[in-house]
Amino acid sequence: MTEMRAEMAANVWKIVVEEGASVAAGDTLVILESMKMEIPVEAEVAGTVHLCVEEGQAIGEDEPIVTIT
Amino acid sequence: MFSSLLVANRGEIACRVLRTAKALGIRTIAVYSEADANALHVELADEAIAIGPSAAAASYLSIPAMVAAIRSSGAEAVHPGYGFLSENAGFARAVEEAGAVWVGPRPETIEAVGDKRAARDVMAAAGVPVNDGGPVTPGPEALAVADRAGFPVMVKAAAGGGGIGMRIVEDRDDLVDAVAATSAQAERFFGDGSILVERYLPDARHVELQVLGLADGRVAVLGERDCSVQRRYQKVLEETPSPGVSPELRGRMVAAVRAGAEHIGYRNAGTFECLVSGEDFVFLEVNARLQVEHPVTEEVTGIDLVAEQLRVAAEEPPGFEPDVVAMRGHAIELRVYAEDSARFLPRPGTISSYQEPEGPGIRVDGGFRAGDAITPFYDPLVAKLVVHGGDREQAIERARAAVDGFRIDGLTTNLGFLAEVLDDPQFRAGTYDTGLVSRLRG
Repeated sequence: MTEMRAEMAANVWKIVVEEGASVAAGDTLVILESMKMEIPVEAEVAGTVHLCVEEGQAIGEDEPIVTIT
Repeated sequence: MFSSLLVANRGEIACRVLRTAKALGIRTIAVYSEADANALHVELADEAIAIGPSAAAASYLSIPAMVAAIRSSGAEAVHPGYGFLSENAGFARAVEEAGAVWVGPRPETIEAVGDKRAARDVMAAAGVPVNDGGPVTPGPEALAVADRAGFPVMVKAAAGGGGIGMRIVEDRDDLVDAVAATSAQAERFFGDGSILVERYLPDARHVELQVLGLADGRVAVLGERDCSVQRRYQKVLEETPSPGVSPELRGRMVAAVRAGAEHIGYRNAGTFECLVSGEDFVFLEVNARLQVEHPVTEEVTGIDLVAEQLRVAAEEPPGFEPDVVAMRGHAIELRVYAEDSARFLPRPGTISSYQEPEGPGIRVDGGFRAGDAITPFYDPLVAKLVVHGGDREQAIERARAAVDGFRIDGLTTNLGFLAEVLDDPQFRAGTYDTGLVSRLRG
């Protein structure tokens, strides 16, 4: 299992993939917004996505965004 | 002069405007969101009014919340700072309808230049050179405009600003997708998906001129600022005079910008942005507000631009003689951002200790102190380090020492990157262009 965490405090602007979707490494999963900047979160590995966040949610640095199994 | 002023902004620019207002004996009113309840600008003002939740859309971008604050405080005038509602003609009108004076360009001017397509047309009509290109709509027909301009092209949001909604397209095959993506982003950020395509000049310098339209109708042009040091199309360092502008070119730029500003009856402060390539220049856009980097102009002219904005808005004569403005020495501004400079990603955090540098020619426009959080809600600017010297070399030496003397702990900042820029041989030689940062990070 690969857990992907937020690099910085941010708001979850958009969730691009659906829960349970199969993704390839490099696919955009979620788009964060912090300090007026959009920050795409891309899959580090291929696998099945499990979302830990909802659109509009505020997350802190190092909080989990998705896990990929 | 006004007896009271509400500053419809936060952070360093709110603090900077409040300082001048206080020096002029004006009663000052700050506004703040939940995240900013204990902010420095709140502490500096004589009175502070809560305007809503932390998200900017519900507070600093909310016209109803601002108008309520104006009415309840009885503010005689409103200064919008930069960003947020500063270039919103609807807000300017709402301020006037609430019985206060808007400290900025007239709402009609904000509208006329706020759309980059319209600004381009009106400046061309005034004889100001503009870049090859024009407006496009998403779809294959955009290709014809791009082909006429010639690749590479810059695809940009007509309503854009702050570097958001801009894309360089090198390859003809990518154009249609880039126009669609930029249009969608512009719709989200600015509520307007209109797009302009212009020729992209890779080796150009970004040079802007400071304009001040006076109460008597005259237009003062207060020299240029070179803003070519950028990352993600956002400025990192600005200087005046520009090392890439000859006296002859400066003369032509000043004359063209003055003609353009007079053509639209420009009033109050504004910036005319241009691209300079060799001895040629083209007009890019007008920023109808006070600019982040206005302090470098203040340092070489000795003019307090905020005080002059207030004088224009109050229908008073200027505090300087517009026909004989002398430029003294050289000034550099360095933007201290809460960001990771390896990839230029924002890094919200909390300042644990904060010590500004001091010394001859050093000015810091800050907005935060130890204990303050730089939150994800707003932009990452922590402070502006402004340095003045007798010449460019002295200004750079002072800036370099000041960067080392600026201590901000607990927060990731770009101070190390600013030192890198100041040490770069191309920057030192003054021969840099807008590609400097990407070469440093290449």
